[in-house]
Amino acid sequence: MTSTNTSRPGVAEAPASGGLDRPRTRVVPPLLVHLLAALVALAAVVALTLLTDPFTNLRIATVGYYLVAVAGLALLTGFNGQVSLGHGAFMFIGAYTVALLVLHVPAFPLWADLLLAAVTSGVAGLLAGAAAARLHGPYLAGATLALAVGLPAVTQRFPELLEGSNGLSFTVNSTPDALVGVVPPTRWQAWVVWVAVLLALVVLANLARGRLGRTLRAVRDDEVAASLAGVHVGRTKVLAFLVSAVCGGLAGGLQAFLLGTAAPGSFTPALSLSLLAALVLGGLGSLWGALWGALALVYFQVWTEDFSDLLHLPTNVADNLPLALYGVVLVVVILLFPHGVQGGLHHLRLRLLASRSPRRGVTDRVTDADDPRSEGEA
Amino acid sequence: MRSPRTTRVLAGVLASALALSACGGAGETGGGGNRSADSAPGVTDDTVVIGTHQPLTGPAAPGYSKISAGARAVYSYLNDAGGINGRRIEYKVEDDAYNPTKTVEVVKKLVLEEQVFAIVGGLGTPTHSKVVEYLNGEGVPDLLVSSGALMWDDPRKSPTTFGYQVDYTREGKIQGKFVKDNFAGKKVAYLYQNDDVGRDTQAGLDRFLTDEVVAREGYDPANTDVNPQLSKFQQAGAEVVVCECIPAFTALSLLAAAKIGYKPQFVLSSIGADPATLKGLVEQFAKQAGADVPGEALLAGVIGTSYLPGPNLTDDPWSTFFREIHDRYAPSEPFTDTMVYGMVQAFTFAQALKAAGRDLTRQKLLDAMTTTSFDGPGLTPFGFSADSHSGYTGAQVIRINADATVTVIQPPHVTDRGDGPVEPHTEERPSPDEVVLTGS
Repeated sequence: MTSTNTSRPGVAEAPASGGLDRPRTRVVPPLLVHLLAALVALAAVVALTLLTDPFTNLRIATVGYYLVAVAGLALLTGFNGQVSLGHGAFMFIGAYTVALLVLHVPAFPLWADLLLAAVTSGVAGLLAGAAAARLHGPYLAGATLALAVGLPAVTQRFPELLEGSNGLSFTVNSTPDALVGVVPPTRWQAWVVWVAVLLALVVLANLARGRLGRTLRAVRDDEVAASLAGVHVGRTKVLAFLVSAVCGGLAGGLQAFLLGTAAPGSFTPALSLSLLAALVLGGLGSLWGALWGALALVYFQVWTEDFSDLLHLPTNVADNLPLALYGVVLVVVILLFPHGVQGGLHHLRLRLLASRSPRRGVTDRVTDADDPRSEGEA
Repeated sequence: MRSPRTTRVLAGVLASALALSACGGAGETGGGGNRSADSAPGVTDDTVVIGTHQPLTGPAAPGYSKISAGARAVYSYLNDAGGINGRRIEYKVEDDAYNPTKTVEVVKKLVLEEQVFAIVGGLGTPTHSKVVEYLNGEGVPDLLVSSGALMWDDPRKSPTTFGYQVDYTREGKIQGKFVKDNFAGKKVAYLYQNDDVGRDTQAGLDRFLTDEVVAREGYDPANTDVNPQLSKFQQAGAEVVVCECIPAFTALSLLAAAKIGYKPQFVLSSIGADPATLKGLVEQFAKQAGADVPGEALLAGVIGTSYLPGPNLTDDPWSTFFREIHDRYAPSEPFTDTMVYGMVQAFTFAQALKAAGRDLTRQKLLDAMTTTSFDGPGLTPFGFSADSHSGYTGAQVIRINADATVTVIQPPHVTDRGDGPVEPHTEERPSPDEVVLTGS
């Protein structure tokens, strides 16, 4: 705790380390700032759900659980530089943990189910991390991909318990009696999901800002230098896997709570790849990037589907157009903003600042750095 | 000014607030029963909105994506003729990519956002099983589910859910009796899918075949190598192989048998017995393996079950009727068994909608499902009554010819899910001209 707020010069922060921190945190402890920010965010989400219809509430909740998953991946891939193509496997573990608890231990409250989902997935992450920390580049990617491909097959091995490829179906009772009939179920679910999501984000933001965040980045940038500086490289990598797996498990648990289903068909390698794509799209190395990524995961699909519906194409084309459009948008965004949406927003902000204070002398420098072409070549 | 202790306390307080806010057991069923079905969302003076979830992309899309194209053609035909009881049918198709998570999302979208009156023909067991409870809780009619699983027939727990295709156990019984009668004394082997399709079909087969069965081997849909299974059948001397497989695995089994020079009599379930689809798959897989296999030669003589007036039943007036609709409303798509599946489904729904009357509510539609006689397209009657929501009650047996046409070798038989007999269905079906849905 003491090290979280120490002076900046000691360890050079990576330029894109944005996180949720702002300069004024020098006075107030960051945990408090993050908690207050989370409370404001929760109020905003609640307000948003009150203004929208029950189905949009469901989408808001969907953004929530994707956000945790992508944020966990941001810590692992963005901050620590370990590429995971198998994060869907941790969501799988979380979802099945909640499903089995709801079905077989009905007396457990929801928060205990979610906590256990995060713990189970964390244990799996610890094991996966212990192996993965020894691997680099394509070997690491291959090992994590194997996890995503292989793990859902466990359901075929235990058809009595896990119901094979049909998966588990259940209803989670979470609405307090006083609110039944007052608050639509999807609205209540959105609130529960976002409370859990924001608590997880507070923890993540604190970790990212604190000592762990710095060691993660140090290991990412140069393992030899980091170990010379006294950082235990292996332990740091395993820890990154652990934290990220806990987030994945929580996301899976929240998904199971929200949709009442856990089936192998939901946790294909395509899910893992889309989580990584969302992270890259949103912006690596920043928790804000995870938010844009999660929004894109949910809303790009919606928009592209609506768009292809408008065109009245033959079914073969119309059915596949949303996927193709998603790919095109991904490519275009990455070409325009190599640092993802968050990187683009960052530039936009700098540009705005520059145009507002033209006499400060920084204008030229900022506009230069902001030129998308020079950025593209960088 | 740092005070870790205060912040920790704050975190603790927040955590316990979260704990208290959800203190009931997550698995305990809360209050609130079924919503009243006596309402009519999605119905206006001149339209009725219905929805469905289909795999338009993803692993199950080849083949199954044409079901909704067939259904849409029939709805267009009916709408052009003035609609049902003066209402046009607006058909919303959502792609779930055969992914249960997406199924839940799109079905909630259909119900909450699109405000559909009913869900018709939701496709797949792993997918649709995740929304049955939700749809019944909301009182949404969940009609003609596109799967042969037994679970759709549970009127007490799921009063708004109705099956469509002949269930796997009934089909197994009809196949079992056919094999027993026509291949007496021959050794039989089962190749089954490792899920409820395999389990339920075997339950039916085993009612007639016992000592004849010399081998049973399962396959996993994720593993495309079926050579070990077929080799075991060959070693066991099985002369008849009953394949309870989806189209891809029927094709793989035929190829695997040909490769090892094994020539048993194949008997296929209706889910994997569409000659046009099989021919395409056999040729495609053979090509991928570097061989040039004419699909017709491999398919000739294969026996299967069917329950719909498919494109190959050229003498059937319903087959002609659907071909005409196809030629007019979906000429760019091939006219296959899969397409007819969607067309018959749409036509059956239209019959129920007509019977529910002009003064439409969800409850009236549900009542119409159990009281309408549904004369027409299907070869056998539905099992719908107050105590049963099971779909078609029987099937016919066909043989695929060398020119990819089919010959009916046993006319439609009907049976039940229990130990009732398998009996011929003799009742004459009315022709399409006699079933008038549109106009007043």
